[in-house]
Amino acid sequence: MMDFLLSSWDALPPTVQYLTITMFKIVIVTVGVILTVAFSTYFERKVIGSMQSRVGPNRVGPLGLGQPFADVIKLLIKEIIVPSSSDKFLFVIAPLLSLIPALAAWAVIPLNGSFVIADINAGLLYVLALTSVGVYGVILAGWATNSKYAFLGAMRSAAQIVAYEIAMGFALVGVLMAAGSLNLGEIVRAQEGGVSNWFLIWLFPLFLVYWISGVAETNRAPFDVAEGESEIVAGFHVEYSGVAFALFFLAEYANMVLISALTAIFFLGGWASPFEGWTFLEGTPLAFLMAGSFFWLAAKICFFMYTFFWLRATFPRYRYDQIMRLGWKVFIPVTIVWIVVEGVLAWLRVGPWAGLGS
Amino acid sequence: MAEIQSYTMNFGPQHPAAHGVLRLVLEMEGEVIQKADPHIGLLHRATEKLAESKPFNQSIGYMDRLDYVSMMANEHGYVLAIEKLLGVEVPIRAQYIRVMFDEITRILNHLMWLGAHGLDIGAMTMFLYCFREREDLMDCYEAVSGTRMHATYYRPGGVYRDLPESMPKYQESKFRSKKEVDRLNEAREGSLLDFIEAFTDKFPACVDEYETLLTDNRIWKQRTVNIAVVSPERAMQLGFSGPMIRGSGIAWDLRKKQPYEVYDQMDFDIPIGVNGDCYDRYLVRVEELRQSNRIIKQCIEWLRANPGPVIADDHKLVPPSRVEMKDDMESLIHHFKLFTEGYSVPVGEAYAAVEHPKGEFGVYIVSDGANKPYRVKIRAPGFAHLSAMSEMVEGHMLADVVAVIGTQDIVFGEVDR
Repeated sequence: MMDFLLSSWDALPPTVQYLTITMFKIVIVTVGVILTVAFSTYFERKVIGSMQSRVGPNRVGPLGLGQPFADVIKLLIKEIIVPSSSDKFLFVIAPLLSLIPALAAWAVIPLNGSFVIADINAGLLYVLALTSVGVYGVILAGWATNSKYAFLGAMRSAAQIVAYEIAMGFALVGVLMAAGSLNLGEIVRAQEGGVSNWFLIWLFPLFLVYWISGVAETNRAPFDVAEGESEIVAGFHVEYSGVAFALFFLAEYANMVLISALTAIFFLGGWASPFEGWTFLEGTPLAFLMAGSFFWLAAKICFFMYTFFWLRATFPRYRYDQIMRLGWKVFIPVTIVWIVVEGVLAWLRVGPWAGLGS
Repeated sequence: MAEIQSYTMNFGPQHPAAHGVLRLVLEMEGEVIQKADPHIGLLHRATEKLAESKPFNQSIGYMDRLDYVSMMANEHGYVLAIEKLLGVEVPIRAQYIRVMFDEITRILNHLMWLGAHGLDIGAMTMFLYCFREREDLMDCYEAVSGTRMHATYYRPGGVYRDLPESMPKYQESKFRSKKEVDRLNEAREGSLLDFIEAFTDKFPACVDEYETLLTDNRIWKQRTVNIAVVSPERAMQLGFSGPMIRGSGIAWDLRKKQPYEVYDQMDFDIPIGVNGDCYDRYLVRVEELRQSNRIIKQCIEWLRANPGPVIADDHKLVPPSRVEMKDDMESLIHHFKLFTEGYSVPVGEAYAAVEHPKGEFGVYIVSDGANKPYRVKIRAPGFAHLSAMSEMVEGHMLADVVAVIGTQDIVFGEVDR
């Protein structure tokens, strides 16, 4: 039986083999991301609950672990109300437009040294392009709803994402200069060799800018003016219900996981172990800690997700014009200055640029 | 290019930051407010008119429902006006109890305000922290009156009954383990006074905790400093009172300026602001939390040392106890008369005002000598504050409207009445 399967597999043309394997990988990653999203809602409610001295979900299933599924089922069986004055086609298409880029960006994310769906050389550009496309879903949703609240939310979101996209782009220029490659796998490999080689150290200002811009880009507190619950009720998704709302929700959380993963890859060495190079661990039972693996990436993602929730529980919300000021007048100058500093360091061959060819 | 037009937006009446049923019609240019037009009356329950149709005592419960986050303070204003008309002497112990519960109410109100204001500006943890402490104070309400919100505890002539000697306790259940119940009941072993004292001991640390989250927070400051500045002159012209006028730098507090009950014997300070912006009003209210705590401590000390009657000994006004009623004919008649017809109040009119947590809460009663008021007029502080809304938000952004609604501490129960 086994032999038969293997031989029929070998008989397939290589294109079909490649397609099958890729489809299989896509399913694994998509299901993985969606499950991560489901449990990060649970994680968020538990974390914020404990910060606010309450319990959080604890009724559905053991420890409330069934809560995400209960939420999904509830949203699935709710009616989707399409406002009569809305543009029906755009109204329905908008949630998809915001979800698809959030999932598609995972194509180039290396989960460990070998697993990546599409190992393309322009990975970083691809990520930048897709995260920018996500904003169209938000703008279209706000426009198609034909409500003043939604429209305000969409306008705020558009302006905000444009501003922070630039800061993010500049921060990534720094990463690009340090790694010398646009391939995400190469960027991680450039940081191998222990914590001291992580870009976090040499590009610390860029790391901060990238991370905070990431929070802003995903419309999370304290930058959640696009949904600003107490001002414009829910912003762009004020009229969405049922599955359509669930898709926006999914997109927001998928984006959070994505930004966490990207920050880990760009600045914290992706799948690399923080104990790499601790040679005294060799031969001890703890030696496995030194190897880079998917679990290190997952741990870093969890840490950044926790930071998302931590921010949300701590800070008041910025006002719209203050966000713009922060983006244009603080972050962009910081990144530009640090790129210059980095250029000078690279020219002088200091730090990680010491081994640069002449 | 087409000319830019301003557009109108309906803010409320169903809006998470409208604090009930405020309907604001905003005229905006982009996000900047040109004009705000508050529409009121969506929670009108005709309290004043209802009070004309029933005996004096039966309206006390309605007063609780005016500003439903500072219940006893409303009762206080109404009861004071009746006492002024009747000329009745309130026992000193009752006065201390009233002062103590007025201050408990002030803390209740300010905690609710702080939580809601924080939530409006996006600091959602504040809300839950504040409600944690409110829970204890609600238990104090429950211990003296039997209800957690609408107490109907103050009566003309005193308060309904003396402070209880024991606190209700939590009991073990499927959801509460023995250990948890013991922890919850720790402060409840003694009398109500012990419980309140335990609260006043821990409360300053709680206020510190709120302040660590907000006072020096850069985002909080950016959102409140220089927002909705009201000059002292303008604050007076607009009829502001309470923390709103004190935030503008005028030390006006009825507890000091026209002391009622035993406030003249209390040692406390009036905090005032400097710039008259949202941040100053925030600081004023937070300091008032601490000052109220001080007053409560003084009341506890006095109340421990001085037992005595808590309501006037006049059965034409105050019903006799049930024990008396059961075996004394005259008491039975008094009881029957008071609970059906009520008492008659001499002809005249009176205005009594208290320093309500939100400002000057006044009740004006005209009596024609019957057992019901001829007319009751309530001066609600929130009404005057709300009418300044347009002036305060002009030129600010949409997000600031929410901050201003918060800083005014609007509650629709009293504005609409």
